[in-house]
Amino acid sequence: MKLSFTFKQPSVLPGFGLTFGITLAYLGLLVLIPLSGLFLRSATMSWAEFWETVSDPRAVASYRLSFGASAIAAAINTVFGFIVAWVLVRYRFPGRKLMDAIVDLPFALPTAVSGIALTTIYGPTGSIGRWLEAVGIKVANTWLGVIVALTFVGMPFVVRALQPALEDLEAELEEAAASLGASRWQTFRRVILPPLLPVVLAGFVMAFARALGEYGSVIFISGNILGKTEIAPFLIYTKLEQYKYASATAIALVILLASFAVLLLINLLQWWGRRWRTRGV
Amino acid sequence: MAGIAEPTLTRRPLSRRTAATNEPLAMRLALIGVSVVFLGLFLVLPLLTVFGQAFSHGWRVYVASLTDRDALAAMRLTLLAAAVAVPVNVVFGVAAAWCIAKFEFRGKSLLTTLIDLPFAVSPVIAGLIYVLIFGRNGWLGPWLSAHNIQIIFAVPGIVLVTLFVTFPFVARELIPLMQAQGTEEEQAARALGASGWQIFRRVTLPNVKWGLLYGVILCNARAMGEFGAVSVVSGNKVGATNTLPLHVQFLYEGSSEHHIAAAFAVASVLALLAIVTLVLKTMVEWKTARQMVPGDDLPFGEL
Repeated sequence: MKLSFTFKQPSVLPGFGLTFGITLAYLGLLVLIPLSGLFLRSATMSWAEFWETVSDPRAVASYRLSFGASAIAAAINTVFGFIVAWVLVRYRFPGRKLMDAIVDLPFALPTAVSGIALTTIYGPTGSIGRWLEAVGIKVANTWLGVIVALTFVGMPFVVRALQPALEDLEAELEEAAASLGASRWQTFRRVILPPLLPVVLAGFVMAFARALGEYGSVIFISGNILGKTEIAPFLIYTKLEQYKYASATAIALVILLASFAVLLLINLLQWWGRRWRTRGV
Repeated sequence: MAGIAEPTLTRRPLSRRTAATNEPLAMRLALIGVSVVFLGLFLVLPLLTVFGQAFSHGWRVYVASLTDRDALAAMRLTLLAAAVAVPVNVVFGVAAAWCIAKFEFRGKSLLTTLIDLPFAVSPVIAGLIYVLIFGRNGWLGPWLSAHNIQIIFAVPGIVLVTLFVTFPFVARELIPLMQAQGTEEEQAARALGASGWQIFRRVTLPNVKWGLLYGVILCNARAMGEFGAVSVVSGNKVGATNTLPLHVQFLYEGSSEHHIAAAFAVASVLALLAIVTLVLKTMVEWKTARQMVPGDDLPFGEL
């Protein structure tokens, strides 16, 4: 293989070897080798053993909760994230900049902090939990609590994905639609929404991916009731605490593969989105 | 470039709405109202709750909780983890951005995707992979214990997982920025006889300094706030291997009224850090927005 000949295009700039070397060495040592260790470790289990662990009822219940609650939370964030992004890009009103800045709070606030705060708010004596309890809705220690926490952590993704795309929309298209007699709703459905669809989907998938792996903000409010409100990352944590390394590894592999599949999907959606935009609607 | 985490700096041109392409006033007010209520309930209320609970037993309890020996030890450990993770990841981020943004080579998009990988990994799994290597039953476990080196359930493990979870932040801010700038300026500097380091210091760095700062801010916030991954490798030894977020959990699970107030007091320090992060981030965004020429596709400087 003539690697050195075809690998890199010639450039007058120096430092490729050094920076590429640092990047590859650090990436390999810190990320790739440790991650592949997970695959190697699960390869030491027999197939029957592996299957028994990952299909254990308690594990299956945790996948169902993790995937289900993540999907519902991402859906909530898609609806409200769309509205927030729309309002931030299109309207001018006092407090808009503050609103724009605060959207990133879930990125900045440590998950343990949001976890205990949400648990207090939605607990039986909390500022919201009290009212919900009065009408018979329990949030803390139920799957609803998991959804609340995952909605919190996934909130910025749809908004931040949509903002630049909304700004790129051409006003001329909407003007043309209006002048041709389209109602505002028709313009929205037929002109505005189609090019945004890949971006909305990408935002949904990013929020879902983040929610799937989330740990800190969920474990306080969920109560971690065995087989009922245990999310998959918590189950991994529990198995590790009991020194059941093989079980922890097997369940982690299921979640990791799901995350990688989602990552692939995000890449595809972003490629689709770029194609949409370059084709010029 | 796949992104499961913080979006990169985006350009914000002024919107050009005309009356014909706007919603009726009632609709606009309703949408703004929905946004305010949604963000208020989900973001502002938790933040207020943290501070409200922190001071629920008065100033004295608040100050006592923060000056407690274990709380101070947790603070020191959190600062140490961030003090290692941020500079190391800055060096890596700059190196990665230089080779990815300034050169053409095979497998570049694969490398860019791999850099984002830690964002796709659950924090608990991030901790687990290091336990599998350095833990007592891990690959290197027997060798490490024979040489009396402890990584898991000790400070080195905490630093390692912090490095892992904050790995992509600086690189993913710098790569798109440096790509957008192209290489003409650097080539000109080279032609005038500048060395590699001079080119970086004098040409590249001034162009990307705000993006770099932005990456550092996000990296630092995550380094100080990480919970899941650190929780797995820490062993939760109070006063020894507890970081601030772990100390919050420890106090909260103490579940006496006093403990909960103390947990929120420590949490309020982290919440303050989050607010400072948001303020700095917004300032950097405004700073970069002002540098941009409207209608120009090159966001920074001139060629």
